[in-house]
Amino acid sequence: MSTPTTATPADTDWRGVAAEDIENVDKVVTARLQARSRRLLVSLLRPHKWAVALALVFVLLENGAQLAGPLLVAAAIDNGVTGVVAGRPATLVWCVLGYALCGLASAGAKFSFVRLSGRVGQDLLLDLRRRVFRHVQRLSLSFHESYTSGKIISRLSSDVESIDDLLDMGLDGLLSSIFTVVGIAVTLLVLDLRLALVVLLGFVPVYLVTRWFRRSSHKAYRATTTAVAKVIVQFVETMNGIRAVQAYRRHDRNEQILHEVNVEYRDANNQAFKVMSRFTATVRLVGNVTVAVVLAWGALRVVDGTLQLGVLAAFTLYLRRLYDPLDDLAMFANSYSAAVAALEKISGVLEEEPSVAEPAEPTALPHEGRRGELRFEGVEFHYGPDTPVVLPEFDLHVPAGQTIAVVGATGAGKSTLAKLVARFYDPSKGSVSLDGVNLREVADVDLRSAVTMVTQENFLFAGSVADNIAMGRPDATREDVERAAASVGAHEFISALPEGYDTDVRKRGGRLSAGQRQLVAFARALLADPSVLVLDEATSSLDVPTERAVQAALETVLADRTALIIAHRLSTVLIADRVLVVDNGRIVEDGSPADLIGQAGRFARLHEAWMESLA
Amino acid sequence: MSDDGAQSVTHRSSFATLSRLWPYVRPVRLELLASLAAALGAMLAGLSIPLVIQQIIDGPVARGELSELPWLVGLVLVLGVAEAVLFYARRRLNVRPSTTVEMRLREDIYHQLQRLPVAFHDKWQSGQLLSRAVNDLSTLRRFIAFAAIFLVVNATVLVVGVGVLLTLSPLLGLVVIACGAPLVVLSYLFETKYKIYARRAQDLQGDLASTVEESVLGIRVLKAFGRGRNMTKSFMAQARSLRGAELSKVRVMAALWAVLVSLPELAIAGQLAIGGIGIANGTLTAGTLVAAITVATYLRWPFDSIGWLLAETNMAASACDRYWEVRDEINPLVEPEHPRELPEHVHGYLRFEDVHFAYDGGQHEVLKGIDLEVRPGETVALVGSTGSGKTALTALVARLADVTGGRVTVDGIDVRDLRMNDLRQIVATAFEEPVLFSASVRENVALGTPDATDEDVHEALRVAQAEEFVAKLPWGIATRVGEQGLSLSGGQRQRLALARAVVGRPAVLVLDDPLSALDVHTEGEVERALRRVLHDVTALVVAHRPSTVQLADRVAMLVDGRIAAVGTHSELIATNAEYRRLLSTLDEDEDEEVAV
Repeated sequence: MSTPTTATPADTDWRGVAAEDIENVDKVVTARLQARSRRLLVSLLRPHKWAVALALVFVLLENGAQLAGPLLVAAAIDNGVTGVVAGRPATLVWCVLGYALCGLASAGAKFSFVRLSGRVGQDLLLDLRRRVFRHVQRLSLSFHESYTSGKIISRLSSDVESIDDLLDMGLDGLLSSIFTVVGIAVTLLVLDLRLALVVLLGFVPVYLVTRWFRRSSHKAYRATTTAVAKVIVQFVETMNGIRAVQAYRRHDRNEQILHEVNVEYRDANNQAFKVMSRFTATVRLVGNVTVAVVLAWGALRVVDGTLQLGVLAAFTLYLRRLYDPLDDLAMFANSYSAAVAALEKISGVLEEEPSVAEPAEPTALPHEGRRGELRFEGVEFHYGPDTPVVLPEFDLHVPAGQTIAVVGATGAGKSTLAKLVARFYDPSKGSVSLDGVNLREVADVDLRSAVTMVTQENFLFAGSVADNIAMGRPDATREDVERAAASVGAHEFISALPEGYDTDVRKRGGRLSAGQRQLVAFARALLADPSVLVLDEATSSLDVPTERAVQAALETVLADRTALIIAHRLSTVLIADRVLVVDNGRIVEDGSPADLIGQAGRFARLHEAWMESLA
Repeated sequence: MSDDGAQSVTHRSSFATLSRLWPYVRPVRLELLASLAAALGAMLAGLSIPLVIQQIIDGPVARGELSELPWLVGLVLVLGVAEAVLFYARRRLNVRPSTTVEMRLREDIYHQLQRLPVAFHDKWQSGQLLSRAVNDLSTLRRFIAFAAIFLVVNATVLVVGVGVLLTLSPLLGLVVIACGAPLVVLSYLFETKYKIYARRAQDLQGDLASTVEESVLGIRVLKAFGRGRNMTKSFMAQARSLRGAELSKVRVMAALWAVLVSLPELAIAGQLAIGGIGIANGTLTAGTLVAAITVATYLRWPFDSIGWLLAETNMAASACDRYWEVRDEINPLVEPEHPRELPEHVHGYLRFEDVHFAYDGGQHEVLKGIDLEVRPGETVALVGSTGSGKTALTALVARLADVTGGRVTVDGIDVRDLRMNDLRQIVATAFEEPVLFSASVRENVALGTPDATDEDVHEALRVAQAEEFVAKLPWGIATRVGEQGLSLSGGQRQRLALARAVVGRPAVLVLDDPLSALDVHTEGEVERALRRVLHDVTALVVAHRPSTVQLADRVAMLVDGRIAAVGTHSELIATNAEYRRLLSTLDEDEDEEVAV
């Protein structure tokens, strides 16, 4: 699900143009969305059906006790007082006690309901959070590249919270309101059919305005969530890019942009409120007019003698109580719309199928012999069915233990090749296999322990250095961690940190320099001890001495390991057994570094350029 | 930062906290007052309808005289319409003020956040900041639109109602007060508890958002190591503690409800007992008892809602506290009190004079007395091993951080004496990690130079060797890049970042290893372009590679926070062993291997 961000010219002006799918919310789509989110809701509620039923009982009890109150007051006045006068106080005592008991019972029922429904609601939210989070983790990288982090954050925070709101305030009011409305309507019909029909006539405009309201408020809330997502994206991007913001004096421009999205959010909110106020005022108006009509006609009929005075009095009293809960229903409808919009978006994410699916019945990787043999057979790759081919059909065989360097210009398809090995993507045609097993048939856990990739985007998580390294192998001891760090020459700088290996690297490793982060990422990868190591520009931001240390480490580490190294530095390339030169997605040269240098091809020219730059 | 915060909050009353919003509420106070008046009017109109009905039943209907009926029914109709209209007016009148206040609060915190130093942002999770700017502010908006108004309206109705009760029968009125007083006390106690849990829940929500953000941004690493399951585990642990906090809220809420429902009922039961005896004794009429009970029943919603409104108020107060927690953060990077003007012509003579620097003003100095000058038009490369303080040094020029000792000057003026905007206009800094925003290429290059023309942008792109690939993008310089747009390779991003640095034609360029993520072809192209640019600009370039160093006229080597050597590349290669270790080329690598 995405938001129509290419709406106005002013919008596209600074935002630029992107191939966003502009959503056309026609009836069919709406119905499909509703069905989808209803399915999700039902599946979330199913495990709690008994608790929900019990909660319903509590609400019934609460309302019943409340309804009994006025009857007891009437009894106390009509019979109790005369009893006391006659020297028989028992009736009054019973009425008073009964009333007090009803009050306590309704309080007790309310107490139990709030606790029970609160628990069910929170369990449900926990379940929902777990589902969405797990699912997002399972989804392929192609999804993450098209669905932005800001949107996912919205899905998991503000969207889940609007469902929380619904459960929190809505359930309670909704159930009580429904019981009250139904109870009163039935009572009125029993009391006087004709007058009751007049009242029910008032339900026609109420029904119409409710229908209008449901549609409009739904639309309004969709607009609100879309707008708030834009505010969130603007915020997150500013905070994450704060260095550039400050260095380039982007404050003012940013404030302009925030103002823009803020105004959009405000207007969306205003619209939602307007819809709401129109609805509640109309319901109130209908209710009050009905009272006047009932009074006028009722009074005439009482004078005629066709209606009892008491019935008219009851009608007017009940009418008030009939329309009050309708407001609550509106409040509910409000959070309902918000929750429905949220649920639609969440169910949209949940319905995304991972394009790189885990096999249902995985094949185990062989444990015997030398491992790490890679084979590309008839592989062709493009990112989507309508996008140009990135890698035209090719075959490639990498024997176990071989170190391969892939060189080529930016955008030649080197990284794509690496991503196929790590199965971030599946080939569009053909197969990639490891030790004779198609990667599509390998269980995720096995694949991840067999193939490890270090990229130039060396993301670190907030937490200690040790924890970040241990990501490669969670059961590693502190010694293992330190050994891995030492082998890439990271031990020195880590020990110099205020708390050594326990130093918090802060969000995204902000405390460390890019080179330091890369060393940590390296240590992490080595600790994982994979049979295939993929290095995508992994040494690019290291300084010379560090790179030298890493390279020395690599030569031992890569000795009996298959490695695919994407690098643009000669020093890295020369440690490879074999070099592939990639151009426009095709492997144009393939051979040992020495052979290729001798062939006067692209690699030879590259080598010459490198040598010049080093002089 | 959150737990001790919650403690301090409990000692301050919600109203004192919320009063800090006054400057924002002031401009919209008239609309809010009008909305308040409408709410009160609607309430009174609603209350008087039953009185008129009473008149109809007791008068025309009881007596069978219909002459007065049209008037009285007309009055019901008028009151009914008035109630509905005032009801509508109340909502319509407070929509704009509440959303406007929310918007202004958000813009001001954004303003503050954009100016707080990088050190602050490293410390705070962006999820925490986001939850303040979005969730907390919607809580405040709801408070202004609803709770604040009804707190006043209902309190008024309560006072009026109790007054009426006391006039009807002091004894019956006292029963209501006897139950009402503990209700207020108990609800206050519960609310206080609720407030603590609410704040805890809000903090946990913020933490959860941070985890979500990390898990999404770090998805490649998580996938690469198959650590998604662990991440899910820690996410779930956090979600569970959030659930725990929410359940604590629920428990307090349930207890509060029990009190709110039972006490008024007990009051009515009490009224029944006393009233019944009173009627039997002849000290009270049945009509008075009915009236008293009716009034007490009317007072239920105000009574009921006081607790809930206080809860909303407390939520708003804790949201307000969290909001001001950020707003109160003192920005150490201050604008000079008496700023000096930029000289007519900026030469770009950059000097570091005995510069010291420690992160967070701590004891551990990263820079321990740097003296370095970069003459106008000169390019100085800064080399040093990882962690030697190079990046810290580059942050000081454009005042992304301030020196803790000594000073940095441009054309003899201390950078702290220049307006931040002036300084950052003449100094451009490009970072190791090029950050792109979800905006057009044009916007990403122009960033802080909105008056840059397309010509300027194209020129900058040309210099950064980015023109060619940008032209190939689907919409050229109008193509959206960044997270919400087209994703670019590291080299492409780096070149856009370079274009961004040169577009404003700064006098001083500070480049933190801008060539690190480029492949050889583009590195060469960018280098050639840079050489042209650097020709007449003062530049400080952090370098890791010999190729980058060769762009420089001179090289300064940083060792352990001090300048260990300054000279040309060839001088240093020839004379300095440490320098050779840092930047030795492949040949020496082989020498070493041979030596081993």
